[in-house]
Amino acid sequence: MSSHHEEGFIRKYIFSTDHKVIGIQYGLGAMFFLLMGFGLMLMMRWQIAFPGKSIPFIGKLLTQDGILSPELYNQFGAMHGTIMVFLGVVPMAVGAFGNYLLPLQVGAQDMAFPKLNMASFWVFFVGGLVMLYSFLLPGGAAQSGWTSYPPLSNIAPAGQTAWLIGMVFLITSSLLGSVNIIVTAVQLRVPGLSFFRLPFLVWAQLVTSFLLLLAFPPLEAAGVLQLMDRVFGTSFFMPSGLVVSGQALEVSGGGNPLLWQHLFWFLAHPEVYVLILPALGIVAEIVATNTRKPLYGYNTAVYAIIFLGFMSFIVWAHHMFMTGMGTGMSAFFQATTMIISIPSVIVLTVLLLTLWGASIRFTVPMLFALAFLPMFAIGGLTGLPLGLTASDIYLHDTYYVIGHFHYVVAPGTLMALMGGVYHWYPKITGRMFNKTLGKLHFWGTFIGMNGIFAPMFFIGMAGVSRRLYDATIYEMARSVQPLNVIMTYSSWLLAAAQVLFLINIFASLRKPKEAAADNPWEATTLEWAAPTPPLPHQNFPEPLEAYRGPYEYNTTSREFAPQHLQEA
Amino acid sequence: MNEPYGWWLPINISANGAPIDQLITTLHWFMVLLFIGWGIFFLYCLFRFRARPGHQADASPKHFRLPTYLEVGVALFEVFLLVFISYPIWSKVKNDMPSDEEAMVVRVTAEQFAWNIHYAGKDGIFGQTSPDLISPEDNNPIGLDRENDPNAKDDIISINVMHFPVNKKVKVYLSSKDVIHSFGIPVMRVKQDAIPGTVIPVWFEANKTGTFEIMCAQLCGVGHTRMRGEIHVDTEEEFQKWLQDEAQYLDEYSDAGQREDDSDV
Repeated sequence: MSSHHEEGFIRKYIFSTDHKVIGIQYGLGAMFFLLMGFGLMLMMRWQIAFPGKSIPFIGKLLTQDGILSPELYNQFGAMHGTIMVFLGVVPMAVGAFGNYLLPLQVGAQDMAFPKLNMASFWVFFVGGLVMLYSFLLPGGAAQSGWTSYPPLSNIAPAGQTAWLIGMVFLITSSLLGSVNIIVTAVQLRVPGLSFFRLPFLVWAQLVTSFLLLLAFPPLEAAGVLQLMDRVFGTSFFMPSGLVVSGQALEVSGGGNPLLWQHLFWFLAHPEVYVLILPALGIVAEIVATNTRKPLYGYNTAVYAIIFLGFMSFIVWAHHMFMTGMGTGMSAFFQATTMIISIPSVIVLTVLLLTLWGASIRFTVPMLFALAFLPMFAIGGLTGLPLGLTASDIYLHDTYYVIGHFHYVVAPGTLMALMGGVYHWYPKITGRMFNKTLGKLHFWGTFIGMNGIFAPMFFIGMAGVSRRLYDATIYEMARSVQPLNVIMTYSSWLLAAAQVLFLINIFASLRKPKEAAADNPWEATTLEWAAPTPPLPHQNFPEPLEAYRGPYEYNTTSREFAPQHLQEA
Repeated sequence: MNEPYGWWLPINISANGAPIDQLITTLHWFMVLLFIGWGIFFLYCLFRFRARPGHQADASPKHFRLPTYLEVGVALFEVFLLVFISYPIWSKVKNDMPSDEEAMVVRVTAEQFAWNIHYAGKDGIFGQTSPDLISPEDNNPIGLDRENDPNAKDDIISINVMHFPVNKKVKVYLSSKDVIHSFGIPVMRVKQDAIPGTVIPVWFEANKTGTFEIMCAQLCGVGHTRMRGEIHVDTEEEFQKWLQDEAQYLDEYSDAGQREDDSDV
C-alpha cells in the first residue's frame, strides 16, 4: 500500500490530489453557485409577479429605485441558466458525486489521474471566477440567454466576451474530469468487479462522461468562433447587411447565425442527459438500499442508458423546429425525439417496479428519491407535446418549455442530488444529519418546487413567451398573472427550506463522530466498506475484491450481502 | 369558452388551428391518464410495501409482462401521432405554401423592437429595399427605395400593426434586420423565427375578425417584452378601406415631406 507522509494544510485541503477532497471542493463550489443562481431567480421572479415594484430588502443595492431593470433582468436570466447548468448541477452531479463516489464504488485508491483531477477543479474555479467577474464589467454580464444566440450575443456588451472565456474554462474542466472518470471506471475496478457488477451510479457516470467528452468539444470550438467574431471581427455567425438601431453593422458578413445553434445544441442536448443521468444513478442507489431488494431489471436499465447516450447525439435540432426547417429534417428529428423517450421510460419503469415486493424504508434520502420519480415523469411526459412539431408550433419558446425542463432538472435532478447528499453524508463526515430537519427540508422543497413549476404549464398553455420582462403589457397574459404571484411565493418557501438544509448539513458537523456512520443504511456497494471517512489517498486499509452484484439485498439468507463479502 | 384568454389554450381564429389544438388536447388527456395510472400504482406500492415489523422484502426474481405491453402500446401510440398527425400538420402548415397569386402577400421585417409590416400597395409589386437606405429618422425602417424604384412609391409600411382580411390566405415573407426574433401569433397558432440573412415564408388564414396580439417568442434584447404587435383581422370591406386610407395618407405625407424638405433648404 502507498505510504505517504503527512501533508501540509495547503496540499491537504486546497491543492489536493485526493479525489475525496476534490469532490468536496466541487460540492461546496457547486452549492455556492446553485444558491447564487437561485438568488438571481428570486429577484427575477419578484419582477415577473410584481412588475415595476421595488424588490424588498435588496432592491436598493441593485438600482436606485430598487426596481429590477430590463438590462439586469436579461443578465440575471442568462446567468441563471449558465450558472445552474455549467456551474451548479454539472459540477455537483459529476464533479462532486462522480469524484467522491466513483473511485470508492469501484474499490480504487483514487482517480486514475489525480493531478489531472486537481487541474480539472482549478480550471473550473477559474471559469467560475470569470463568470462572477463578468457582472462587474461595463454593461454587465452576458444577457443573451444561456443559449447565447448570435447575432444578439455578438453585439452584446463585454460581459458576453467574459462568458465565452468562462465557458472555455468550464468546458476544459469538464473534459479533464470526464477522461478521468472513464479511465477510472474502466481500468481501476477491483478484481471481481465486472461491468455488470458495477453500481448503477458508476454506469450513469460512465455514460455521462462519454457524453461530456464527445459533445463538449464542438461547443468549445463554437465558443472560440464566437469569441473571434466578437474580438477579431470575423463573421462566422454574422450574415451580411445587418442594421442595428438604424446603423449598418460593420462586419464582413457572409456567416450564418443558425450554425451557432447547431453547434450549441449538439452539446446542449446531450447536456440534458448529463444533468439527468447521474441523478438517475443516485436515485437507483438510494432506491435499491431502501427497498431492501435488487434493482428490478438492472441489465435492462444499463442497456437503456447506453442507448440513451447514443440517441442523445441525434436529437439536437428539436430545439430548432421554428428556425424554418423543412418536412424531411423535422420528421427525422421528431422521430429520434420520440425514440429517445423509450429508454427514459424504461429506466423509470425499472425504478418503479423495484418498489414491488419491497420493504420500503422512508428515510430522508429515500423521500427525495421517491419524489424524483413522479417529478421526472412529469418532466418526461411534457416533453411529448414539445417533441411533436405540430404541437410545438404553439408551445415553442413559451413557459411550457420552462416548466418541462425545470421538472426534469429541478424537482428531478436537484432533488436527487439533495437525496444523494443525505445518503452519503454519514460516509463523508462520520456523522448523521438531523432527520426531522431533513424531512422538513424535503416537504418544503417538494411543495415549493411544484408551486413554482406546475403553474408554468398553464402560463405556457395560455401562449405566454418566455424571457419576458413584463408580460402584463399583453392582454393575453393577464389572465394567468395570478399564477405568477403564487409561483413567487412558492419560491420563497423553497428558499426557506434550503436554509434548513444548510443548517442541517453544517450544524451536524459539530456532533461527535459515531461509529455507526460506517454503514448506517446497511448498504452493499463498496464505498460502505471503507472506513469513515475513507483514508486519504488510499480509501481502503486493505485491497478489496468483489464477489457479487451490487444490490444483493435479501437474495440469500442474509438481509444484505456487501459486494466485498466472500462467503455466501 | 366565452373569455378569449384563460388558463388554457386561448381562442383559436386560424383555419389551421383546429388540428393543432386537437393534438395538444389529446396529448394532455393521454399524459394525464398515464400519469394517474402510474401514480396510483406508485402510491399503492408505497403503502403496501412499507417497512414494518414482520414484513420482509421479497427479492425473488420476477418478470412483469404488463409494463412491456404498456410500453409497446405507448410507443405505437407515439408512432401513430407522429405519422398520422404531426407529420401531416407540419407539412400542411410549414410546407404547403399557397402560391403568391393565391394569397395576400405581406413582408414582415423584424427589428429591435418592432415589427415592420410591408404591403406592396396598389400595384401589387414590392419595391426594392436595401440595408443602406434604412433610416429611422426618414421614416424608412426597412430601406425602401422610394426615390428610384417606381414600384416602391405606393408601398405601405405599417409598424407593429398588421391588417389583413378574414377568410383569405395570408403569406408572410419573414426576415429580420438585426437579431433573431420569433413571429408568434398565439391565437393564430403561428410561430416562426425571423432570422437575419434569411427570408422564410409563413402562411395562415383567419376565420374570425378582431384585434389580437403578436408576441415575440425569441429573446431579442432589452426590449424583448415590448415587442408587441397587433393583428387586425378585418372584413374584406374594412381591409380595402384601410388600404385606401393608408394610400391617401402616404400621398399626403410624401407631399408634406416634399414641402418640408423644400423649406429646410
